[in-house]
Amino acid sequence: MALKGLDIFKLTPKKNCKECGSPTCMAFAMKVAQGGVALDACPYMSDEAKATLGEATAPPMKAITFGTGDAECKLGGETVLFRHEKTFVSKSLYATTVCSDCFDERMEEIRKVDYERIGERMHVEILNLVYGGDPAAYAALAEKAVATGKAIILECSCAEGAKAALEKCKDAKPILNGCNAGNVEEMNALATEYGVVLGVTGANLDELYDTVAALEAKGNKNLVLDVGTASVKDAFANAVQIRRAALKDKDRTFGYPSIVNVGKLAAGDRSMQTALAALFTMKYGSIIVMEGMSYAQALPLFGLRQNIFTDPQKPMKVEPGIYTLNGADENAICCTTVDFALTYFVVSGEMERSGVPINLLISDAGGYSVLTAWAAGKLSAGSIAKFFKEFDIENKIKSRTLVIPGKVAVLKGEMEEKLPGWKIVVAPNEAVGLVKFLKELKV
Amino acid sequence: MPFKRMPQTFTASIGTVTIGTGEKAVTMGGENVLPLYSFDAPIANRPLIGVEVSDLGVDNTLPELAAFYAGADTVVEQAKRAATMPGADFLAIRLESADPNGANTPVEESVALCKAIADAVDCPLVIEGSKNAEKDSTLLAKVAEALQGKNVLLMSAKEENYKSICAAAVLAYGQKMGAESAVDINLAKQLNVLIDKMGVKGENVAMNVGSAAAGYGFEYVASTMDRVKAAALGQNDNMLQMPIITPVSSEAWSVKEAIVSEEDEPEWGPTEARGVEMEIATAAACLAGGSNAVILKHPKSVATIAAFISAII
Repeated sequence: MALKGLDIFKLTPKKNCKECGSPTCMAFAMKVAQGGVALDACPYMSDEAKATLGEATAPPMKAITFGTGDAECKLGGETVLFRHEKTFVSKSLYATTVCSDCFDERMEEIRKVDYERIGERMHVEILNLVYGGDPAAYAALAEKAVATGKAIILECSCAEGAKAALEKCKDAKPILNGCNAGNVEEMNALATEYGVVLGVTGANLDELYDTVAALEAKGNKNLVLDVGTASVKDAFANAVQIRRAALKDKDRTFGYPSIVNVGKLAAGDRSMQTALAALFTMKYGSIIVMEGMSYAQALPLFGLRQNIFTDPQKPMKVEPGIYTLNGADENAICCTTVDFALTYFVVSGEMERSGVPINLLISDAGGYSVLTAWAAGKLSAGSIAKFFKEFDIENKIKSRTLVIPGKVAVLKGEMEEKLPGWKIVVAPNEAVGLVKFLKELKV
Repeated sequence: MPFKRMPQTFTASIGTVTIGTGEKAVTMGGENVLPLYSFDAPIANRPLIGVEVSDLGVDNTLPELAAFYAGADTVVEQAKRAATMPGADFLAIRLESADPNGANTPVEESVALCKAIADAVDCPLVIEGSKNAEKDSTLLAKVAEALQGKNVLLMSAKEENYKSICAAAVLAYGQKMGAESAVDINLAKQLNVLIDKMGVKGENVAMNVGSAAAGYGFEYVASTMDRVKAAALGQNDNMLQMPIITPVSSEAWSVKEAIVSEEDEPEWGPTEARGVEMEIATAAACLAGGSNAVILKHPKSVATIAAFISAII
């Protein structure tokens, strides 16, 4: 039964203490009603109230965290199957597999891929440690993995091996991914003893379902579900059906994040791994394990992920500032456009293709496109003049030519008044015209 | 207690569009489940892969691509070679040079090229225009006339020029058409309604609901496709049931990640590998979103995506 926010509000302490992270008890109640927050975020709920609300308000998919410090990772907590219905809350995370023999080589590869894109650090967040059969070697591998500062998954269904590794990496709060129908007792005992998330898998969805139910009966609800590596077809079918059962059909037994090992599904075929990683980024892979991550794979995958997991209610923005293109120095001309990420990428892409050195000036326009920002008063002669002052443009750049977007040609006169000494040039209406325009621009 | 499966099949289904003739003819669409959900019900026709052939010739700065087309010096020869690419279901001839803001190749020349290609290959053809709405309204109509009987798909009719393409291409010469709109479900539906009012049946129309490379506003593409499929299947909206065809190569190979030289970005590695991965990731994401056909250019991408499709369905 779905509860209304008001029903929940009646049971809250109504003291607006903010300890739950919401500004008021009413706001908290509304979030709980939508499944966005768990009831136990409020420390003052009476046991009676919890019992009343308990099952009815539990989010359909649990939010699971693992890793510590900078490497802390958040999974799950989704409430919708499609981003336009509300938003996705936990982005897919990428892991690469390491083993005792390939550790150094893999680390060298993935250390190279670490960059920033629209305010987000892009790097492989997780190491997936494969058990080779020797507990001592596995413990040594775990120790090395801890030293990298990345989050850790122990892919190991042998209790002895898992214990040896957990001794070395328990403080890093890894995921122990190795529980199956045959080892529920030992694996559950280990995960509970060390306080780590347990990864569960099964020969098929029925077996997985039973194993999860058995673990839940033992009180363990700190789980992630491995969709298996029998075939690409099965892995995709499992990932979709698990998520759909939880969110659409309200079957809480499958209300956990997923792990997909595309490295195993397409061993040795990096391009196929890229395709599969893109598929599972679109559809329901919480952790995607790959063999490695080259720059060529990372650029599209991290970009795709950033797109899919943006909140549809909030536009993607780039930071205001001076972006130097094609080796521009202080003498290069200035161009300006808005901070809406899509506009920035299209415009800067065309500018780079022109080969003309440019100082691209991005002011805070609220993350809107050019015309919308102009209509909303976020892009005006005044806002650009203010940006010039804040960023000290006149002292940093010697050029006195500023190119403005064609769609706001109307600003030209006013800008000449607000920025005395500057020559204001109007660019074409569409970005596709920029290459020709810039090449022919006489300064 | 076994897991209770709740397959999500719909009473409505996506329409089908067949292009080409004879044994090589291919059909896209027809499924009554969400994209690639073959575990819910069998998928009538697996997604198709088209290989892009540009009238500007092959980009010889890409070594692997150039090697594939080695010895094929004319566009017609290149089309013949492309038709042999493993995984290819159809060819997509891009008449880029016809753009009035580019080389502005005369209509007769473009038409002659299409005719020559159609005579040289027996696989189904998609003809992509110059992207200039005014030019395309004449160009695509003339191509439709010249390729009568070949059952080709002409891309794309937009709001500005759909009338002439509907009238000439489909109604007069019996070809298929693509309906292109800018990443918005309402625009897509509006154009389909206008085309329907011209008397063109849904079975002659595939939609291009817009495309973007991974990282370049792909969230709009993904959500538009999600909503189109939800309306088509869930609400039986027959003005959104046309299969979706998505040109991927033209987007993927024009973003910075696929263009910048290794000299400028040494860490990134060879340009061609970056373009290939961008094309593969974008194509896989489009197929996951609901494309019934994708247009690609690189043999490695075509091979990988062909294997991807057969692994899933």
